[in-house]
Amino acid sequence: MKKVQFQSPWLPYLLLLPQLGIVTVFFLWPAAQAIQSSFYLEDPFGFGSTYVGLDNFKDMITSTDYGRVARFTAVFTFFVTVLSLGIALLLAVKADKVLRGASAYKTLLMWVYAVAPPVAGLIGVLLFDQHVGPIVDLFAMFGWKMQIGVNYFDTSFAMIVTAVWKQIPVNFIFFLSGLQGISKSVQEAASIDCRSGFRRFWTVTFPLLAPTGFFLLIINITYAFFDTFGIVDVIVKNEPGNNPVTLVYKVYLDGFRGNDLGGSSAQSVILMAMVFILTIIQFRLIERRVHYT
Amino acid sequence: MATITLDKVRKVYGGSVEAVKGVSIDIADGEFIVLVGPSGCGKSTLLRMMAGLEEITTGEIKIGDRVVNNVDPADRDIAMVFQNYALYPHMSVYNNLAYGLKNRGMAKDEIDRRVKEAARILEIGDYLERKPRALSGGQRQRVAMGRAIVREPAAFLFDEPLSNLDAKLRVQMRVEIKRLQHSLGTTSVYVTHDQLEAMTLADRLVVLSGGNIEQIGAPIEVYDKPASTFVASFIGSPAMNLLKVKADGNGLALATGTGLKGANVKGRDACTIGIRPEHLEVVSGPGEGEGIHLEASVNVLEPVGAESYLYSSFADGGDEILVRVSSHARHEPGEKLYLRAAPENIHYFDADTGRRID
Repeated sequence: MKKVQFQSPWLPYLLLLPQLGIVTVFFLWPAAQAIQSSFYLEDPFGFGSTYVGLDNFKDMITSTDYGRVARFTAVFTFFVTVLSLGIALLLAVKADKVLRGASAYKTLLMWVYAVAPPVAGLIGVLLFDQHVGPIVDLFAMFGWKMQIGVNYFDTSFAMIVTAVWKQIPVNFIFFLSGLQGISKSVQEAASIDCRSGFRRFWTVTFPLLAPTGFFLLIINITYAFFDTFGIVDVIVKNEPGNNPVTLVYKVYLDGFRGNDLGGSSAQSVILMAMVFILTIIQFRLIERRVHYT
Repeated sequence: MATITLDKVRKVYGGSVEAVKGVSIDIADGEFIVLVGPSGCGKSTLLRMMAGLEEITTGEIKIGDRVVNNVDPADRDIAMVFQNYALYPHMSVYNNLAYGLKNRGMAKDEIDRRVKEAARILEIGDYLERKPRALSGGQRQRVAMGRAIVREPAAFLFDEPLSNLDAKLRVQMRVEIKRLQHSLGTTSVYVTHDQLEAMTLADRLVVLSGGNIEQIGAPIEVYDKPASTFVASFIGSPAMNLLKVKADGNGLALATGTGLKGANVKGRDACTIGIRPEHLEVVSGPGEGEGIHLEASVNVLEPVGAESYLYSSFADGGDEILVRVSSHARHEPGEKLYLRAAPENIHYFDADTGRRID
């Protein structure tokens, strides 16, 4: 390969500047601000702030509310990740075997991907509407009277279903391309070596999909944590009350509804730390054990 | 160990494209059969139908006494070696070999014995713990062979297994495959487009063209008596010279008008005659002895080491003719050449169908 040498030593930095600028303005600066204000108690009317050390963090950890939201977030993330990965994998494996009308089938499955999260939330809300929602009507037929926004379990259920529904297409696309990247002759060799299709899937196809699966696992955890804000917002309709919300939504609630900027910042610092740990896990622990072929 | 019987096997894709057009072959137990033909002749499809990787449109395939048309690939008791090796990239060499045995519920120590034995035969014992990506092309090829051997199947199916190797390795592996097949005595079907590979490996050759069998026979039989102009031009390197000729008052004439001396057209107006380059003899003058006599002029002399090839053409243009000469022969471009072919070395083919006339 030809090595390109810049004439001036400053040119590369100049070319990097827009990206660095964006990272600084939209990430580093707010992150620094959040870390800073997490040590202060902010006056609700913006008249000043007092240094309180780790009080914000202490309050947060001891608050029962925070524990409740953290537990819900964990449960929510678990179900969203497992269900959206599992269902997408199943659909991709089936779609990979479809010969007739394959492209129409695949396009339909990917369609939902184009829906923005708040819109997905809105559609979810419509489907789960108390009066006209078809899903509510469906479950009513089996004797389950859903009360979205009132019953904690019903609301969580609606939230998880909507979030999973929204995420399946992304996973589907990646799994499908992952499946199509597996050499056909390797699959054929496996079909000669192993009669059971189920066993073949778990011993050959699945390990070869592992890189895709691992990448998606991280993407999905991140999605469930952060990108479901719109869905949560639309379903709880700005009336969190005793409804289930995720940690990210609580940051927003406490900061902008509760005007507790310090506490909200402390929460976002914790979230930042979680993302940081997730990233380290991604690069250090699991990636080493996954086969990239 | 088993025989393989193909009875009027056809393969039709999408209801209209007929890739294999009613092929029947009887493969004896322990025989090494090579399916050879140009790309698109249906040889790979035929092999894949034996393996169970393609459905059989009509006809019947038997392995041993069992009709296998609807038998799962894993239950056909065959092992296949693929062109790109198709090793499992996430498994060690040991597990690549053991995978098919484990799935058949074989005892651990028996698996271990077979894998070690295959590794010893193929000299891959040092790599058993490695992943395929850490192996060279030749080593991967050996692992692919090993995966077939450990199964001790009724038949080996080879799908162009050497075409991804470099020329030197290919010759080496070819010899090794032949040696291995002889010592194991397993019925083998081998697909290739390389006629040299086909000639050297086969007990019997099956020459295919356009989904039909052109000829079945021992390599030397096919070489000595090609059943059609297709076989004549496909088997043997360099290819046989084929000349279109017409009946002339006292013998033959080339389609372009140049007269040939000697021989006859077997009672026909026109036919195609075939003469292998090594059966054309350079003589000192016109018309000596029996057989066909040709006059041509030298275009190019191509030395390949052990021998040289003379590309020459007739006075009035038309077909070019290839002559094999000794590597020490000296010929200049434009030089006049008198050629003779003995009667027993002349092949006659029907002018329209291309079939052999005896």
